[in-house]
Amino acid sequence: MSRVPLWISAGLLAAAGLALIVYKVVALGYPLLPDVESRVWTVQARFTVDSYTRPVKAVLQLPSNPPGFVILDENFVSRGFGLAVVEEEIWREAQWAIREAAGRQTFYYRAVVTPDPSVQDADTPGPVVIESLGEPFETAIETIVEQAQAQSADITSFTTEVLRRINDPDPDENMELLLSRGRSPGRKAEIATQLLAKGEVASRVAYGLDLRDGERRAMFLPYLEVWDGSSWHWYSPGSRERVRPENLFIWWRGGRPLIDFVGASNPEVEISTWRNVLQALEVAERRADLLDSPVADYSLLRLPIQVQAVYKVLLLVPIGAFLIVLLRSVIGVKTFGTFLPVLVALSFRETRLFAGIVLFVLVVGVGVGLRFLLDRLRLLLVPRLAAVLILVVLALLTISILSHRLGLEIGLSVALFPLVILTIAIERMSIVWEEVGPTEAIQQGVGTLLVAAICYQVMSLDSIEYLVVVFPEVLLILLAMILLLGRYTGYRLLELFRYRDLIRRDE
Amino acid sequence: MNNGVQHLRRLGVLGINSRNVDYIRRFNPRRLYPLVDDKLRTKQLAVEAGMPVPELFAVLSTQHDIRDLTDLLGARDQFVVKPAHGSGGNGVLVIKGRRRDVFFKSSGAPVDRDEMAHHISNMLSGLYSLGGQRDRVMVEYCVQTAEALAPMSYRGVPDIRLIVFQGYPVMAMTRLPTRLSDGRANLHQGAVGVGVDIATGSSLGGVLDNRCVSEHPDTGQKLAGMVLPAWNQILEMAAEGYEITGLGYLGIDIVIDRDLGPLILEFNARPGLSIQIANEAGLQSRLELVQSISSEPASIVARLEFCRQHFAVPLPK
Repeated sequence: MSRVPLWISAGLLAAAGLALIVYKVVALGYPLLPDVESRVWTVQARFTVDSYTRPVKAVLQLPSNPPGFVILDENFVSRGFGLAVVEEEIWREAQWAIREAAGRQTFYYRAVVTPDPSVQDADTPGPVVIESLGEPFETAIETIVEQAQAQSADITSFTTEVLRRINDPDPDENMELLLSRGRSPGRKAEIATQLLAKGEVASRVAYGLDLRDGERRAMFLPYLEVWDGSSWHWYSPGSRERVRPENLFIWWRGGRPLIDFVGASNPEVEISTWRNVLQALEVAERRADLLDSPVADYSLLRLPIQVQAVYKVLLLVPIGAFLIVLLRSVIGVKTFGTFLPVLVALSFRETRLFAGIVLFVLVVGVGVGLRFLLDRLRLLLVPRLAAVLILVVLALLTISILSHRLGLEIGLSVALFPLVILTIAIERMSIVWEEVGPTEAIQQGVGTLLVAAICYQVMSLDSIEYLVVVFPEVLLILLAMILLLGRYTGYRLLELFRYRDLIRRDE
Repeated sequence: MNNGVQHLRRLGVLGINSRNVDYIRRFNPRRLYPLVDDKLRTKQLAVEAGMPVPELFAVLSTQHDIRDLTDLLGARDQFVVKPAHGSGGNGVLVIKGRRRDVFFKSSGAPVDRDEMAHHISNMLSGLYSLGGQRDRVMVEYCVQTAEALAPMSYRGVPDIRLIVFQGYPVMAMTRLPTRLSDGRANLHQGAVGVGVDIATGSSLGGVLDNRCVSEHPDTGQKLAGMVLPAWNQILEMAAEGYEITGLGYLGIDIVIDRDLGPLILEFNARPGLSIQIANEAGLQSRLELVQSISSEPASIVARLEFCRQHFAVPLPK
């Protein structure tokens, strides 16, 4: 019989499962392990103005696609102001307006952002526009640009050359003229854009924050963003080096002021940044949401909490089934029924392992004893099963009451064992006991408990539970493995024991 | 451990997984299972093919029939009661004697009419059937141990299990009841399996609870060297079992009656593997040998000739 279809089906299933997992991990950033915490920053702009019973309009520049970051969440707070967020290609602003307000007005903008190196500046600059500054500045600019061009070969070296001249401790008279209006880094960045524009290089000033934990009065630093024909690069206007501080958060770009207002005065701005820790899974969820990924829309985690709780258990059953296949086909352990051990393992989740095993042995032992007594009454199959069921309930009750009287809390959890599972176990054990003998019955009983304990241990691993809930496609991989195990024709481990005499005589 | 696997491979021992996937799943079509799982249908098939079987005295199909038990049994004092869908000898009741309404099992233990009725009632409600479904109960002729086998058995009738692959009997053993097995010839219940040379019908070593044994645990009789009567006839019946059932990988149970000779007892679509320990030989190598030639249809005589030649002990190298 050809195994090709088997390999193809298993391969396809495993590939589909893996592909989904890889997509979720790589593209959406789902963490593979539970309790992975993600670094998340909160940036907050708070500004206040005085208003005088007049219409007030206030504008705040907002972060717009900050490179290297994803904005997970944003909040705007003001007292009674109408809010509009206006967005253009490279800038975004919040416009607050009110017909009448008096006193000190406070505005808050708060964003939760997470680093993501894959986010880059996506925009490309339009044609370079040269503003005329009038003489004598025009001549000074032209001279400097000519000199810088003469000593450079490409955009990068031209930029370096321009910045070197701006930062020259002993500038020539042309540069002196340009710097006469101010030597702040912001001014230097502005001069650089003018010089670069003259050299037909697109550039702009960007204001960024160096994200620091617990910063109450963060300062914006101007950066020079230069387009080299394919991507944007950052330069610190106070030096001539390309920079890319890891925690540089670009807030806004262009020549606009951070805040602007009409009908008010006495502005004060306070920028704070702090770091907080969020479950990586939560971050991934929010990001998947922002990316409009269908995977996130159809995620198990979108179901109501109580339904999720059911699936948390249901999704573990296949793990148990897989272990059963492994333990039966590869090891050769004998159990009562095929999947009874999985059901017992699920009950162990309620009772805990030790108490579970003790109580299971106790109840099944008592049950088998009573079942033999019942046998003397010669009942038909179904009434006998019903009678055993009732005796099991009574046995459970007795164990609970006795253990409570003795002050042993352990016995109370016996009620968490599903009745039917116990009854089936008792019936199976009795039949095997009667028909094949006590050795086989005890062997199978021990096998059942052993397999149940192994299933329980594996199923209660946090990482396993997390894996199946966050990545249910793991089940596809599991299915592929079960398909392959279904055609495993090698010896079972316990067959080596069974045929030990043959092996010994062959040696 | 690896070493053990190598030894098993070298001996050609067939493992459970390989038996299930490579032989049962492949050569035994599922639709044929009902033929062999229902012992009544098996019996019918065998009778139609003109093969000897133990005579069927009565069939009970409903709980109501139990009331007529006394009538059905008549004056019989030796008979076997068994579920039509039982497996592994479960539920079989062998009655060897009777004093009015008290019957005696082969062990000598008494069974009164009520106990018998309860037992039958359990069988009817499916206690011993494979899927737990309602069952029918057969009452049939109790086979008398052939004299040649008498020293070998302890209160019960030995039977002969043959594995027949594509119509070729590849391995055989005789199963001897023990005190532990309560007169039943089933390895699970403690019977001794004794390997039988396919070529000659003479017994080899034994297996008890998966261990090699050389003596009967109850009688102390040496197991090797006994020659089964009517061996050729047994081989022919086994080979023909393939044509009757259509099952490529088949276990056939045959009993030898003191007066009637070999009788077909039942067929098994999932025969066990302990037979390999009894024969100290692997099934897989024999099955592969048959696979290499079985594409050519062959007569029963030719098939048996092949088996005698290739599966004789010691195996020709």
